[in-house]
Amino acid sequence: MEPVLETLLELSSISKSFGGVRALDGVSLELKSGEVHALVGENGAGKSTLIKIITGAVQADAGSIRILGRTVERNDPSTARQFGIAAIYQQPALFPDLTVAENIGLRLEPSNGLRFIRWRKRRENASRLLKRIGALISPEALVRDLKMPEQQLVEIASAIGGDAKLLILDEPTSSLTEREVETLFRIVRQLREAGVGMIYISHRMDELAKVADRVTVLRDGKLVGTCAMSAVTTGELIRMMVGRELSSVFPKIQVDAGQSVLRMADVGCSESGVGGIDLEVRAGEIVGLAGLVGAGRSELARILFGLTPADAGRIFLRGKAVRINSPSEAVRLGIAYVPEDRRRHGVILEMPVTSNTTLAILRRISRVGLLDFQREHEITKAFVKRLGIKTPSLDAPLGQLSGGNQQKVALARWLATEPAVIILDEPTQGVDVGAKAEIHRLMSELAARGLAIIMISSELPEILGMSDQIAVMHSGRIVGVLNRADATQEKVLRLALGHRNLEAVA
Amino acid sequence: MSVAIGRYKRELSVAAAYLTLLVVLGVVAPRFFQVEFRDTWVSAAPMLVVAIGMTLVIVARHIDISIGSQFSICAVAAGLLAKTGLAMPVVIAVTLLVGALMGAINGWLVAGIGLPSIVVTLATMVIFRQSLSWARQGELVANIPDGFQWFGRGQAMGQWLVISVGIAVLVVFTIGASWVAAGREVYTVGSDRETARLAGINPAAVVFGVFVVMGVLVGLGAILQSVRFPQVDPKSGDGLELQAIAAVVVGGTAISGGRGTMLGSLVGVALLGTIGAAMVFLTRQAQWDKAIQGIIILVAVASDGFSRRRKRAV
Repeated sequence: MEPVLETLLELSSISKSFGGVRALDGVSLELKSGEVHALVGENGAGKSTLIKIITGAVQADAGSIRILGRTVERNDPSTARQFGIAAIYQQPALFPDLTVAENIGLRLEPSNGLRFIRWRKRRENASRLLKRIGALISPEALVRDLKMPEQQLVEIASAIGGDAKLLILDEPTSSLTEREVETLFRIVRQLREAGVGMIYISHRMDELAKVADRVTVLRDGKLVGTCAMSAVTTGELIRMMVGRELSSVFPKIQVDAGQSVLRMADVGCSESGVGGIDLEVRAGEIVGLAGLVGAGRSELARILFGLTPADAGRIFLRGKAVRINSPSEAVRLGIAYVPEDRRRHGVILEMPVTSNTTLAILRRISRVGLLDFQREHEITKAFVKRLGIKTPSLDAPLGQLSGGNQQKVALARWLATEPAVIILDEPTQGVDVGAKAEIHRLMSELAARGLAIIMISSELPEILGMSDQIAVMHSGRIVGVLNRADATQEKVLRLALGHRNLEAVA
Repeated sequence: MSVAIGRYKRELSVAAAYLTLLVVLGVVAPRFFQVEFRDTWVSAAPMLVVAIGMTLVIVARHIDISIGSQFSICAVAAGLLAKTGLAMPVVIAVTLLVGALMGAINGWLVAGIGLPSIVVTLATMVIFRQSLSWARQGELVANIPDGFQWFGRGQAMGQWLVISVGIAVLVVFTIGASWVAAGREVYTVGSDRETARLAGINPAAVVFGVFVVMGVLVGLGAILQSVRFPQVDPKSGDGLELQAIAAVVVGGTAISGGRGTMLGSLVGVALLGTIGAAMVFLTRQAQWDKAIQGIIILVAVASDGFSRRRKRAV
């Protein structure tokens, strides 16, 4: 019997801004029952925001949402759930110390603190749902003991149990093996037969071709287009995802690369899933590490900084083989690392600008064991001037500074160590446009002075605009190194998506 | 200047409370200053030394509740060592070493293995205490040679010596906390362990060091305490951990780590250490002093909560 295709969800002209940054701009999307609708776009294209608007986690600024033919004025998580909307994310959000049955029960049973729990019914319900999706998981098992794909199945089971009519799958296959992917696809097809509408987000183009009926492409928060999956080729999709001009001018200074500063030969770390890395960075050179979220770029940085030491291959600094087993060793060797997520691991908000700047050189500014406050002030003052850090005073707690200025202080701390190599992980994430340009100018200057820079960035224009060499990572490996002159957005993205064959795009 | 006052508001308000208490005593019971005042400081000195160690531990975002047991062991060890006829400097050195060793055990379990400090020190508290009572059966260490009490210098001189050592430790650690790299590393690790690690600091080494220093200071405190009496009580450290934590918290050190000063702990020790004696003079009743100490702790902690909430509202 052919299922009736009714429209489950209709989003029209949805816009959303976060603090002045446009995340979504007039995006429309339609989902029919029994349809698998792929949603694709680069990092930051607005996919997550759109999902959050559908699940009610954030409210749209403008536009309308119709679910099952009814206009929803204010969508919030409980409204969305009543309409049968469920989302399954990359990282399953289950309680690890409860059993499978308890986790499913918590989602499905009415939440009343004084309610009497009927354990047997809870167990039976759980095993019925698990059986329906063909999962061989005991309802009595602790979630902690389940593997990632099994946890995902538990999520799907509870979504079905909640009578989900609309299921959102956000990169569900990123941590699955091929066989597990097949199981998942079987369930997806089963649900499709049952009339469930699914929005499917993935970076794996080959997968989309297998399961999706239609595909919607987002770019920079705008809708590029929606078309039938069978009507587009992978190459066309990639072009739709990147097709934009470089939006800003990058102040890259042309520098003749000097001697090799850092060289990696077949470096790997089984713990972080990175392997076979061959990469060289020379003095005065900016090497951009491109790749999708989860491709292993930060993991590579963590290997170089001794946070997860390499267990394979060899690392050479200025031609000498070195072992980097801890951050303090990395600092001693002249490697600096400005991590992503500055608020959590980069700076200490309650400490003043001075202490934040000198944190990595405390021993060097000590005289007969005592910290030289005057020198600390001089060093900090020099960096505040050189990097143009705007701060009320040198003793102001860092929390009083803006995001861009905090980032500059984090940079100052590492420049103060006079490193040979500096690794910048998403150096302009979350800073405003002006500060961004300034950070780019600084990077250019530092390279011109002979510093070797490794820059991790999820923004293609930044990668293309600032790098002398671009190393593209996919699934924990470097799948291609492009010269500044040869690199285009399409080539980089194609490599990042795991397509080695460059000719197909060119 | 106003910035400095703002930064040391807590220390100043506790100091003000302490001075107010002294003024009230001066008016109502001036006899206190002839009989008790110096004695409150002599008995506060060992507590101050221990509280300084506890300040470091709490700033590093840890806790050590085994210090009472460590204290008793160090005190008994000092007494027994003195009885063997060893010279006083040797007795002191060995006692400090005993403290350092116990601190190293805690530090290894917390920093080396990564166990939570409250559980580790709860366990070592019981283990240390039971080992001592098994070894000594609660017996006092008596017949200690004369050279031990007051360091063999007579009461007046000895009292000044005890107070001076307390002040010297305060000065050394105040400087250490602000002017020495290791001191700042303790604050950094307590504020944000991961950031500290990313800055090339070894948080495990810092935490281990803090527990060892705690042990050494407990040993020193135990010596300052036991030289005051002709015999050593094997229960002299009972309840010390709670008093030390209370003094540190009243002095403004954040239990969540990263914030706190040695001077704050000084005024905390002074206020809590004087209240008991003061109550005797003011009301002739001693049974209320613990309750009042409790109220002071609550007021101090509550004022933290209020000022933080106000800051968040702005």
